[in-house]
Amino acid sequence: MPMVNIAGKEVEVDEEGYLVDLSQWNEDVAKYMAVEEKVEMTESHWEVVNFLREYYAEYQIAPAVRVLTKAIGKKLGPEKGNNKYLYELFPYGPAKQACKIAGLPKPTGCI
Amino acid sequence: MAAAEFDIPEIKDDIEVPRLREGVMAHAKSFIAGEAVQSFMGYPHELGEDWKERALDKMGDLLGKYRSLKVFLDACVHCGACTDKCHYYLGTSDPKNMPVARQDLMRQVYRRYFTPAGKLFPKLVGAKDLTKEVLDDWYSYYYQCSECRRCSVFCPYGIDTAEITMAGREILNHVGMGQKYSNEILGKVQKIGNNLGLPGPALEDTLEGLAEDIEADTGVAVKMPLDVKGAEVLLVTPSADFFSEPHVESLIGYAKVFHAAGISWTLSSHASEAGNFGLFDANYDVMRKVAMRIRDAALELGVKRIVVGECGHAWRVAYSFWNTLTGIGYGGNDPFSIELQKQLDPTYPQPQHICELTNDLIKSGKIKVDPSANDDLVVTYHDSCNVARASRMGTEPGGQFAIPRELIKSVANNFHNMADDTIYESTFCCGGGGGLLTDDLMEVRVKGALPRATALNNVVKEHQVNFMATICAICKAQFTKVLPKYGFDMGMVGGVHQLVSKAIKLD
Repeated sequence: MPMVNIAGKEVEVDEEGYLVDLSQWNEDVAKYMAVEEKVEMTESHWEVVNFLREYYAEYQIAPAVRVLTKAIGKKLGPEKGNNKYLYELFPYGPAKQACKIAGLPKPTGCI
Repeated sequence: MAAAEFDIPEIKDDIEVPRLREGVMAHAKSFIAGEAVQSFMGYPHELGEDWKERALDKMGDLLGKYRSLKVFLDACVHCGACTDKCHYYLGTSDPKNMPVARQDLMRQVYRRYFTPAGKLFPKLVGAKDLTKEVLDDWYSYYYQCSECRRCSVFCPYGIDTAEITMAGREILNHVGMGQKYSNEILGKVQKIGNNLGLPGPALEDTLEGLAEDIEADTGVAVKMPLDVKGAEVLLVTPSADFFSEPHVESLIGYAKVFHAAGISWTLSSHASEAGNFGLFDANYDVMRKVAMRIRDAALELGVKRIVVGECGHAWRVAYSFWNTLTGIGYGGNDPFSIELQKQLDPTYPQPQHICELTNDLIKSGKIKVDPSANDDLVVTYHDSCNVARASRMGTEPGGQFAIPRELIKSVANNFHNMADDTIYESTFCCGGGGGLLTDDLMEVRVKGALPRATALNNVVKEHQVNFMATICAICKAQFTKVLPKYGFDMGMVGGVHQLVSKAIKLD
């Protein structure tokens, strides 16, 4: 697996650039992944990323899109609790792109 | 994702046969599975020195096991009827994506090592040594086939390229060139219960949240039951239905149907996946293991009926193979099968497709719908390949085409078919089936969707179609990802039960 140097630390990523060891995640890693993904991190992006990490810590999987939109709606206001808003934040799709920035494994399957 | 850039083909008025551009897709290769994924499946993860012997041994094994493979490799007369039938050829213009050329990648090796003429006079019969170069071509082009079987409809001998692709992939597995996407999923479904890797507690949490959402939307307490012993129906559905948009809208639709009809039902955390990626490689044992989860769940929960949600290859495996795989259908005479036969209700088809169930309930007046709820939509229907060409629904021939359309028309007032040569048994694959729905094959997926996008574009222009319904999780995920590249809105794709969900009356 390739190694990348992020803020002076060697970090292992897989073929698709996802973090291999979740414990190596920190904000610098997230910022690096975001640059790779051409996503400019705002406070709203961090809300999503932080929620993904909290959910993952409890359930060992990224939240389903409905779970995520509901949580974001509660935090940022109901007008933002929808899939369209998440796609504005993460144009490649919240499940894959936001997971990558949050240091979570890529969700697989027919998605 | 930092994927390689590529040109998006232009949609023309008609589906055109492109000029050949040799080798333009040779670079398209999905990631090879690593050690952890391969070893769980019992495959090596790198080519050993003896790879060629291993490949030929496996090929001999498959030729002995699957007579169809030998017949298909022997029967082709190179008539050319299939050449312009594959969506990947039409979209990429690479001649190796012509079905006959895809078959020949294996046929040349088969002739060299398994036929007397090829052993003695290889050049005369187009036989070729198995080299690393040939193997690399296999890996590239057997993962540019979605095993959709459209070519087989047009072949005068009925040669099914999908069977050759499946065999090719299984040989690649055995020499250490497995595909990361499919094999990782096959590991997860066996270890965790579904392709997503959604553990039981997360599934429970997700379902509870959905039930809350439905109640907030409708004021009706529609349940999302999980692991309920003694329920009448076990519903198996793709795990994408729990996770993704627009898939989840159909799951909500199924729940409303069961609620309105008063049928007790349950999902299973053990079999929280209908999809069976074991179909994509010629490995009967893996397909069987994945299918057995559903039989085990049915026995454990004591259900009377097994219903399959909107998933193309799940339905093919269920309808065509469960019977011999696990004895859920007819014919199994081991103690398990006998027990299951006694348990299942013979007055219903076993298994039954959710579209058939819902359609019957509407026709018999057991549930009520208001099609005007979908008056904002002009709907068309994409026949998913595995449902269209490898299974049936209901009691009449062609039921797999008629039932979903009848159902759509009962819940939506505006419906138009796409062109005849792109639907029914001639349907074009979405471009993401058969293990190709992975980001590392995005170029193949986008280009392979060109014929469907062309047909869709024509009904959009002629009839102002703004919604394409389909009954497969792969189709839904693929279209929402690739249709925007052709200028369509991702929201115009969804399930048939998404329409049902809007139209159904709950009180």
